[in-house]
Amino acid sequence: MAERAQTDAAKRIPARKTSGGATAKGSTRVLKASPEGRSAEKRPAAKQTKTPAAPSPTEPRDKVKSKTAAKSSTKKAKTATSEGKKSASSRTKLAGRRDELLGYFRKMYEIRRFEEESARGYAQGKIGGFLHLYIGQEAVGVGISAALEQEDYLFQSYRDHGIALARGMSANAAMAELFGKDTGCSRGLGGSMHFFDVANNFLGGYGIVGGQIPLAAGTAFKSKYTQDGRVTVCLFGDGATNIAGFHEALSLAGLWKLPVIFVCENNEYSMGTPLHRTSPVKDIADKGPGYGMEGVICEGHDVLQVKACMSEVVKRARTGGGPTLVEMKTYRFRGHSISDPAKYRTDEELKTRKAQDPLVVFRKHLAAAGVSDKELATIEEEVETVVQAAVAFAEDSEPAKVEVMESAVYAPLEA
Amino acid sequence: MAVQTYRDALRDAMYEEMERDERVFLMGEEVGHYQGAYKVSQGLLERFGERRVVDAPIAEGGFAGLGIGAAMVGLKPIIEFMTWNFSFVAFDQIVSNASKIFQMSGGVIPVPVVFRGPNGAARQVAAQHSHSVDGLYAHFPGLQVVIPSTPADAKGLLKTAIRNEPNPVIFLEGETLYGLKGEVGGAEDLIPFGKARIGREGSDVTVVAWGRCYYEALSAAELMAEQGIECEVIDPRTLRPLDMDALVTSVEKTHRCVIVHEHLPYGGVGAEIVDQLQRAAFDALDAPIARVGSRDLPMPYASNLETLVLPTVERVVEAIQAVTYTKS
Repeated sequence: MAERAQTDAAKRIPARKTSGGATAKGSTRVLKASPEGRSAEKRPAAKQTKTPAAPSPTEPRDKVKSKTAAKSSTKKAKTATSEGKKSASSRTKLAGRRDELLGYFRKMYEIRRFEEESARGYAQGKIGGFLHLYIGQEAVGVGISAALEQEDYLFQSYRDHGIALARGMSANAAMAELFGKDTGCSRGLGGSMHFFDVANNFLGGYGIVGGQIPLAAGTAFKSKYTQDGRVTVCLFGDGATNIAGFHEALSLAGLWKLPVIFVCENNEYSMGTPLHRTSPVKDIADKGPGYGMEGVICEGHDVLQVKACMSEVVKRARTGGGPTLVEMKTYRFRGHSISDPAKYRTDEELKTRKAQDPLVVFRKHLAAAGVSDKELATIEEEVETVVQAAVAFAEDSEPAKVEVMESAVYAPLEA
Repeated sequence: MAVQTYRDALRDAMYEEMERDERVFLMGEEVGHYQGAYKVSQGLLERFGERRVVDAPIAEGGFAGLGIGAAMVGLKPIIEFMTWNFSFVAFDQIVSNASKIFQMSGGVIPVPVVFRGPNGAARQVAAQHSHSVDGLYAHFPGLQVVIPSTPADAKGLLKTAIRNEPNPVIFLEGETLYGLKGEVGGAEDLIPFGKARIGREGSDVTVVAWGRCYYEALSAAELMAEQGIECEVIDPRTLRPLDMDALVTSVEKTHRCVIVHEHLPYGGVGAEIVDQLQRAAFDALDAPIARVGSRDLPMPYASNLETLVLPTVERVVEAIQAVTYTKS
């Protein structure tokens, strides 16, 4: 139904001449249980003191489930399996997931190289405005995407290139958008902060901190209203957890048990201010229980842990168990935006964190799975071709169009 | 045609559209069990149940955003603000998201959400509860701003708003108009956006007025008729889109114009209309266009002061006399 409406609306916009690949399909995404049996550390939800409410407005009476997040309130925190204790059997299992793992590596490397080329394009004056890079956080986007179905909805903040690529947007459409071209994913109207890719149900990058979080409650409301079986994932940074939209959206989603996963990418800095100077609690996940949902912490530098963690909470959302607040512990290697030299942190800190570079960490997994350096080099070369082609495509594409700018504000009223 | 109150006309518009389209739902504070803070949603919960008539907690930013998100993926939400004063805590959602998403997505993602509720001053509710927000929201491209003055317009325009794609609608009701009675149309009598209605024909001066001020304009026209001045009262009904053709046509006939609105004058819709008219009909004008709005002040509580701030029939009469050079 959404797709039809979108198509109708899109019809009124002047057609694009060349295909930007904005509708390119991502790789098939299949939910799998984690063979590692790794469990994210769970934090107990605060004990719910209110008496069970009457069925929520969105809850058909016959569908009311007593199994809610609140049930986990008494659950003891589990300890995360240590990364170092990989068993021989898990190594075998990793080897069995070879193609899947290589897919993650390919996508994370593509994001890394795409972002590096974005920075270059910005330095060359070919990209304008703000540019927020995802370098260092690749495992979060790729791991989340791997835990979702194609039909699931996803929202992101302005740091949106990585997840858009992870969801299947072509590098061509992404780079062309940065270059302000008609072939861009938003036809040059959105820019870096406002990527959209309806074909992959990526419903946008949003520039006002936390502004996208209530929207995610809305798509999840629709999924519950129509029982369409989809879940929504909403990404935002640690800084966004202080703004009203975060609290109001979690409040509504918790109240109505909406199928949404709120994912905080805690990269430790709210622009230039460290978390301990912006948040009254050390772990963002602790903010979940106050809204009737579990808070879950996940190591965001390891794509396999991200996927395992997300698969669990996605399953809960999809089966009527309600929302979850997931905190991905991550780190960005670049500044808040391209113009930020990140003077607020030490070289030592950066060096320490780069040892946990998601690509470096993942190479260890790959080695365990028996992947050779040569194989990875081949993938890197292939990705390089894709990224360089994207830059050339963006360069060669036609500029954004005046007629699109004018017609993409109002469209005629349907009869 | 049936005679109904403005309140019941709005309720029937929602009722009929919810019957017609499963995707339409109503969400807001007290819209369900309480039957609406102003009883506009009376009986809807009983007919449609809690799935489609949803009582929301006091979180306008949250549920306005929820409505936008639901609209992006195919539902047709009606989001009620108990009054439009409370929309300010949802302002970012309306302005940064609702009005922009269709454009930011390259004209792909529609946002067919209706935000509705009472607009403007009631009686003595003071500075924070007396805003008339029509000028404010009319500022933003991407929004459609609708402000009905009669029961028939209320019903016909709300039905159009609910069926509308792809843009969000700001639907501004008159708190002091809810009890007003008038004839209303049937289930398929939709009133298009961007078409003004001539409420009274006249040859001497065009008076443009909407919302509650439409009635101040009609009363002023009555008084002026006694003095031999015939006013043409035009209600644009929607401020975005704005039916400038109708206004220009009328001004070319009358050569004079007064604009009456309740919202604050600074940078308001009246100023916009003045600008457009003086460019489109400069040669037709025989006098500078006059504007009557609230005085440029936060609303005071005291009854005597409130009366001084709001546009009154007397102030409209003064403006008409000024543009017709008939002030005694």
